[in-house]
Amino acid sequence: MFFTSYEFIGFIAALFLLYYRIPKKYQWMLLLAASYVFYFMAGADALIYILVTTVTTFFTACKIEENETRQKIYLKEKKEELTREEKKEYKDGQKKIRFRWLIFCILLNIGILAVVKYANFAISNVNDILDAVGKKQQISYVTLILPMGISFYTFQAVGYLIDVYRGTCAAEKKLLRFALFVSFFPQLIQGPISRFGNLSKTLYKEHFFEGKTVAYGLQRMLWGYFKKMVIADRILAGVNTIICDTSTYNGAYIFVGMIFYTIELYADFTGGIDITIGIAETMGIQMEENFIRPYFSKSLKEYWQRWHISMSSWFRDYIFYPVSVCKPMLNLLKFSKKQLGDRVGKRLPVYVSSFLVWLATGIWHGASWNFIVWGLANWIILMISEELEPWYEKFHKRFSVKGKMSFRLFQIGRTFLLICILNLFDCYTSLADTFGMIRSMFTAQNWQILWDGSLLSLGLMALDYGILTVSVTSLIAVSLFQRSGSVRDQIAAKSYPIRFCAWYGLFLLVLLLGVYGIGYDASQFIYNRF
Amino acid sequence: MEDLKRKLLEILGEMHPDVDFESCSALVDQKVLDSFDIVTLISEINDEFDVVISADKIIPENFNSVDALCRMIFRIMEENE
Repeated sequence: MFFTSYEFIGFIAALFLLYYRIPKKYQWMLLLAASYVFYFMAGADALIYILVTTVTTFFTACKIEENETRQKIYLKEKKEELTREEKKEYKDGQKKIRFRWLIFCILLNIGILAVVKYANFAISNVNDILDAVGKKQQISYVTLILPMGISFYTFQAVGYLIDVYRGTCAAEKKLLRFALFVSFFPQLIQGPISRFGNLSKTLYKEHFFEGKTVAYGLQRMLWGYFKKMVIADRILAGVNTIICDTSTYNGAYIFVGMIFYTIELYADFTGGIDITIGIAETMGIQMEENFIRPYFSKSLKEYWQRWHISMSSWFRDYIFYPVSVCKPMLNLLKFSKKQLGDRVGKRLPVYVSSFLVWLATGIWHGASWNFIVWGLANWIILMISEELEPWYEKFHKRFSVKGKMSFRLFQIGRTFLLICILNLFDCYTSLADTFGMIRSMFTAQNWQILWDGSLLSLGLMALDYGILTVSVTSLIAVSLFQRSGSVRDQIAAKSYPIRFCAWYGLFLLVLLLGVYGIGYDASQFIYNRF
Repeated sequence: MEDLKRKLLEILGEMHPDVDFESCSALVDQKVLDSFDIVTLISEINDEFDVVISADKIIPENFNSVDALCRMIFRIMEENE
């Protein structure tokens, strides 16, 4: 049941009507029931996976917090009797116990994710190695279902557990309430990866019907449907035509294809997140923003601070920081400073940690080498930029370009093209194809396709190009307006005819220009794969 | 405390010479310090004061100003004593 299916619209409408009619104290229970119905409809077999993650994480978090409380009581009782050393020894011992619980639960849940998502990828690589060394024996592939949203809810549960271990959030005492946090249906399809401390503030509260909140939620959903159905699903035809036939479509077609795909990815993913946040908002639940106008970034580093923020901050808080400041890494720092000198030495541990983060980010995105290489390509570019930073500074000072509009536009354009090239790793499943297509773009002889009408043979008609041009221009305009505050607030401050035209106009655009067709079945969200 | 603060200002000044760290009180919130800077700073603090700052201490409130950093380092030193 996709966000864009008729069943989903019916499901949401029924849920919404019930939500504000039942006693307020049962609202969160209704959401839990709805989330499990939603999950059940996506595949009954997958329920066991989300249940295991929910139950194991819930009990481990309780166990960790219980140990922490017991430690505090014990130390309070024995305040006078124990020496400082004895207290420290006791604390260290208890911390070790909590750490073992934490690691056990993380390994179990990440292990489940690893098996269902990566088992066949691992088998395929082992088979390749066996083949390379001349062994005829091959390992058979396993048939496993990939539960919907497993990467998202596993990361969300693990993040919660680490927060409880660190003491930055209190453990949830009721299993069913925690089950809602893990399974809250709008975020199951493609995130965002919510933090318990943020989502729980409004998830369990009693919500009264407020016209403005509901209207804002619906407006946000509508904007998401516009991005998904008018832009992403329309441009998809062009993307598929180009990437499915590498022998015909190369050279300048790849340039067109990568720009198409980058637009599609943005419209698809941010549209889906708009729908997610909008659904939650109609029910009074606030979710964290996942994007801050990412394609306006002036560098790849900035882009990753503005794109899929819930994922990048998850990797930062739960992998990058702990790895960077762990004892072995601090020892490596001392060693590298001694061996390589102060300047290079002190950067080495940061680079090692970020390598691990980007490797993990690549693997998280998919069980194939193209995603791993994509992650490492990001890492290489970021590290090179970091090393070149002093040179950039000198250049900016020498030519006084910093802050100039033309230079900012150049930086935005450069970063956008870089993102487009990196996205090619996502388009082609074969690395040979990806590198071949990138090479063909730089040696292209067929740039005339941009104006000789060839683009009309990509599955997109002149009307499609017209609609896409207007729609993408609207996206850019809305992003520009967002810089001075919420666009919904800005529209709400206008007179009634303007508000009416804006929202009903958008509604009509989705109805009239959305990609439907006979036996309509909108394409799956790209990030649903992850 | 003053010595600690002076040394921290020196370390931060080397990282970003153009920032006035003494007056800034939203170093993380205003993205003056990014994750790379924070990790580099933690390793410098470990090197200089032999203080280990664990990952759970890496929250904006502890890194938003030089004073907040000083307070955190003092707390860790006290815990270790």
